[in-house]
Amino acid sequence: MSSLDTAGTKRSSRRLLAANAWLVFTFLYVPIAVLVVFSFNDSERVNVWQGLSPRWYGEALGNTQVVGALRVSLVVAFTSTIVSTVLGTAVALALDRYRFKGRRALDGTVYLPIVIPDITMAVMLLVFFAEAFKLIDAFGPRLTLGVTTVALSHIAFNISFVAVVVRARLDQFDRTLEEAARDLYATPWRTFRRVTLPLIAPGIAAGALLALTLSLDDVVISSFTAGPGATTLPVYVFSSIRQGVTPELNAISTLMLAASITLVVASLALQRPRSITP
Amino acid sequence: MSTLRRRSSPAKALLTPQEQTAQRRARRIGTLIASPGALYLLIFFMVPLGLITVYSFATRTSTGRTSLSGWNLNSYERLADDVILGIVGRSAWLAFITTVLCLAVAYPFAYYLATRSPRVRARLLVLVMIPFWTNGLVRIFAIRFLLGSNGPASALSEALGFGTFRILFTPTAVVLGMVYGFLTFMVLPLYVALERMDWRLVEAARDLYASGGKAFWRVTVPLTRSGIVAGCVLVFVPSFGSYVVPEILGGAKTLLIGSYVARQFQAARNWPLGASLSVLVIVAMLIAVTINQRNSENAERTRAGAP
Repeated sequence: MSSLDTAGTKRSSRRLLAANAWLVFTFLYVPIAVLVVFSFNDSERVNVWQGLSPRWYGEALGNTQVVGALRVSLVVAFTSTIVSTVLGTAVALALDRYRFKGRRALDGTVYLPIVIPDITMAVMLLVFFAEAFKLIDAFGPRLTLGVTTVALSHIAFNISFVAVVVRARLDQFDRTLEEAARDLYATPWRTFRRVTLPLIAPGIAAGALLALTLSLDDVVISSFTAGPGATTLPVYVFSSIRQGVTPELNAISTLMLAASITLVVASLALQRPRSITP
Repeated sequence: MSTLRRRSSPAKALLTPQEQTAQRRARRIGTLIASPGALYLLIFFMVPLGLITVYSFATRTSTGRTSLSGWNLNSYERLADDVILGIVGRSAWLAFITTVLCLAVAYPFAYYLATRSPRVRARLLVLVMIPFWTNGLVRIFAIRFLLGSNGPASALSEALGFGTFRILFTPTAVVLGMVYGFLTFMVLPLYVALERMDWRLVEAARDLYASGGKAFWRVTVPLTRSGIVAGCVLVFVPSFGSYVVPEILGGAKTLLIGSYVARQFQAARNWPLGASLSVLVIVAMLIAVTINQRNSENAERTRAGAP
């Protein structure tokens, strides 16, 4: 084999690699782009192009069902984000720097809510709430599925995601900074507040944004743990899709897409490894 | 980490009383910090996990309720029904095809990413991550819209003279949706493995007159095995238990295990059967996760230079 020949095959295989890469990017982005473009379609029928107009956004935001679902989504997302960020960060800190009883067990289970398929987690929680209600009903109050049960379920998976993201940040942490603070007679609490916390804050913020995104996006777990009165926006969209695609759904989907892309980009920007010097 | 390990080493007796107190204190703080989150996961994850297992041994009464008295294996025996075996088989088969397709596309893609300059790499990686964390439901909806009868894809194919195509509500559409949904799960671990790989080993193989193809199959692929296994696990598990994708893109002929489980808890009201199928999915997941863990531990050890 001549060296010229090798260079030739090398160049052509390099081209193939590049072509494959751009095909993948096309595959990832074209469906989303088409959806966004068609959401501005003026036509009543989804497949007939009739010119640009924000008409369906107006219709979507005028639909009381949509607005109600949006409100439920936001309440659930913010509650679950706040709680899971606090609990998840604490779990990450404990796993990263302390040895305690049950550490290994916690380390092993904290990843499970991330890997388990949605539908399994959904039915697990449904069964759990059914049994818990039976137990509580015996003492008087009659409980039903609703916004609270959805929020409780979202916290359950979000704790894991926050813990993983924060722990990744702790991994890059320069421990000598804490030692320096201690050498300068800072108390452990002061070291934590003035050194540790500011340094891992971007990780915590990234985890929180991720939790917010996941909560706003979840459909399967929400649809199983929500009662009739607690429909979230994705659950509304999911049940509407089954009845067919409408221009209004295109508009709602585009809005959800915009929200989730904004949050993801912010989260990624915060997770970017930077030199950890103040 | 290393200081922690040193302190809890067998040389405990050598610690001064102060150090022992400090150690006990650290242990207490650790427990204190971990326990709210751990307790939450115990109540809202481990207990539900236990309950679904208990339910899988329960009995469905004639009214569709679940009776916990009288344990039995009825719902597990039903898993041997032809209908259910068909559904499980189909789910595994479609998940397998999805995994293979993802691997075939993602490996060269990750290879391309890993061989870019650091700056380009960082930018391309962001482009990969954005759809990864973007609303999954909306992305599947986008595919549904694109493929719909008279949808944009069909219109394009007609305009180009290929005639109409109808793949919506077929297994093909489901596989396409799953590849679309889960491709990034394959890309990321492959990218990490390729990025950490020592390229000098490939150069060495080339210097010893291995052809490009041979160097790739004999050096690059074995060195990135941990990424390949991790990617396959991360794609197979959610594909196998997928619910949203087949519900939106699949038809009556593509009933998969996820939808079937959902039905048992909804209209069919057979919770024990749904529970036993969920246990099946969970076991499959645990096996996959264990394989992955063992594999990545092996890779770590190889990297560390131990035999």
